Amino acid sequence: MKILVCISKTPDTTAKIAFTDNNTKFAEAGVQWIINPYDEWYALVRAIELKEADASTTIHLATVGGADAEPIIRKALALGGDEAHRVNAEPTESYFVAAQLAAIAKGYDLVLLGKETIDYNGGAVGGMLAELLDLPYIANATNLQIAGTTATVKREIEGGEETIEVALPVVISCQKGMAEARIPNMRGIMAARTKPLKVVEPANIEAMTQYTSFQLPPAKAGVKLVSPDNVDELVRLLHEEARAI
Amino acid sequence: MSVLIFVDHLHGHIKKASHEALTYGAKIAEQTGDTAEAVVLGNVSEDLAALGQHGVKKVHHVQSDALNTFDSQVYTKVIAQVAEQSGAKVIVFSNNSSGKALAPRVAVRLKAGLVAGATALPDISNGFVVRKAVFSGKAVANVAIKTDVKVVSLNVNAFTISTSEGTAEVVPFNATVDAPKTKIVGSTKTSGKVSLTEADVVVSAGRGLKGPENWKMVEDLADELGAALACSRPVADAHWRPHNEHVGQTGIAIAPNLYIAIGISGAIQHLAGVNRSKTIVVINKDPEAPFFKAADYGIVGDAFEVVPKITEAVKKIKGH
Repeated sequence: MKILVCISKTPDTTAKIAFTDNNTKFAEAGVQWIINPYDEWYALVRAIELKEADASTTIHLATVGGADAEPIIRKALALGGDEAHRVNAEPTESYFVAAQLAAIAKGYDLVLLGKETIDYNGGAVGGMLAELLDLPYIANATNLQIAGTTATVKREIEGGEETIEVALPVVISCQKGMAEARIPNMRGIMAARTKPLKVVEPANIEAMTQYTSFQLPPAKAGVKLVSPDNVDELVRLLHEEARAI
Repeated sequence: MSVLIFVDHLHGHIKKASHEALTYGAKIAEQTGDTAEAVVLGNVSEDLAALGQHGVKKVHHVQSDALNTFDSQVYTKVIAQVAEQSGAKVIVFSNNSSGKALAPRVAVRLKAGLVAGATALPDISNGFVVRKAVFSGKAVANVAIKTDVKVVSLNVNAFTISTSEGTAEVVPFNATVDAPKTKIVGSTKTSGKVSLTEADVVVSAGRGLKGPENWKMVEDLADELGAALACSRPVADAHWRPHNEHVGQTGIAIAPNLYIAIGISGAIQHLAGVNRSKTIVVINKDPEAPFFKAADYGIVGDAFEVVPKITEAVKKIKGH
């Protein structure tokens, strides 16, 4: 089986969020970059588990990003990817990224990615990629089993879960439940240095949307503390002031 | 020209998030001077003409056995047919479980720009600019859609449902419907009585509860409030609670009207999943817990003493 895992570079989960250039650009100074957690912890690790169960499986990685994305690609290779493709372009929006990935995502049995990135939170690349490849798409999957050419996938729905059977090939976006996060070991880190990393020049794709400005949310007014001996007061405030109950 | 709203349903019952999307889409139509129309796929047990109460004038109803189970590929082709025939220039989805799969596909099919996770009406004073939460709720962005046809998916709980007098014309729509490639072979309901992503009130607890055996008091409070249950990541990782209750940056992001956090210190990753809640209440015995900085109301105290008292106080105020 041939698996493609799409990964993105995102700011570390604890990164300070600020903007520059008149609030039109994310302030990158001092930011630690990581593999988008949903891509790494769930999509990539599940792919590695599938390879461990069937040694004939190969895992390719794809990302859209400049040369500064290479440390996160090497980490993904250290975790267990076999080879990587980097489309040499700065990601601007979901469609641009999906269209670049579509050019290298043909011929795989399984295309996995995280349910969304933790920076732009669009969650759109998987669906766009599936449509561009004319493949079935299961979003927000929590479990994936493969038997022969059939995938059995659980996905979250409002108030429950659905179990779906689909013939490969398929595109699946992954979330918590799919796998348990791992850390690369020294052997993996050493091996990753020599694994192939192909740099591909981008296709000429026009973006359909543009991030025009950013703002930080308004600061909270401050917490109103209520004595633990007077919880009636808390409930009254929630009822009368916040109108929340 | 129209604004077309996709109406999502589960087993024939229209989801709450669809009522939000209908209200939102009808307001966009008011802004742009277009007609609000809806599209419903498959059998629905509710009166579709009543969707007019949200401001839609026409409901395109596509019926086919193949549409009675959700398949994003099949649904996309049908929605695109309806959108093209009705001259839709804006297509609205809820950013819920179905919308997350459909909106990106439909956008590609119609060569339309997409904003996923809108939190407010678009600004059409100079183009079409949609506001959305980014960086896991730590910032907001304004996103301009540059294409003629536009797709917007609305975050759940981001827009208040409004209703008024009104009846929509329900029109059967004959579409070409492919056979689905996916097959639903099972479904389960999660343990909570209320859907976490759609809930108005969420009661959540963390490691401060010391063990899964102590969740009964949290459930009692949630029951009294008609709330969904949630938990922090360490609790899900320790298997005290199922992973589908984990709220936070790497779990589920929620935006309820009221979020009550019990025994959760408020790590930045947890806050990133709940910071869009309208009102946050924090109960923690550690006065230095970072969550108090993000809270609207707080009690510094022992959850085991405070929570049952809150449940009693809620009972009183609700007249139970």
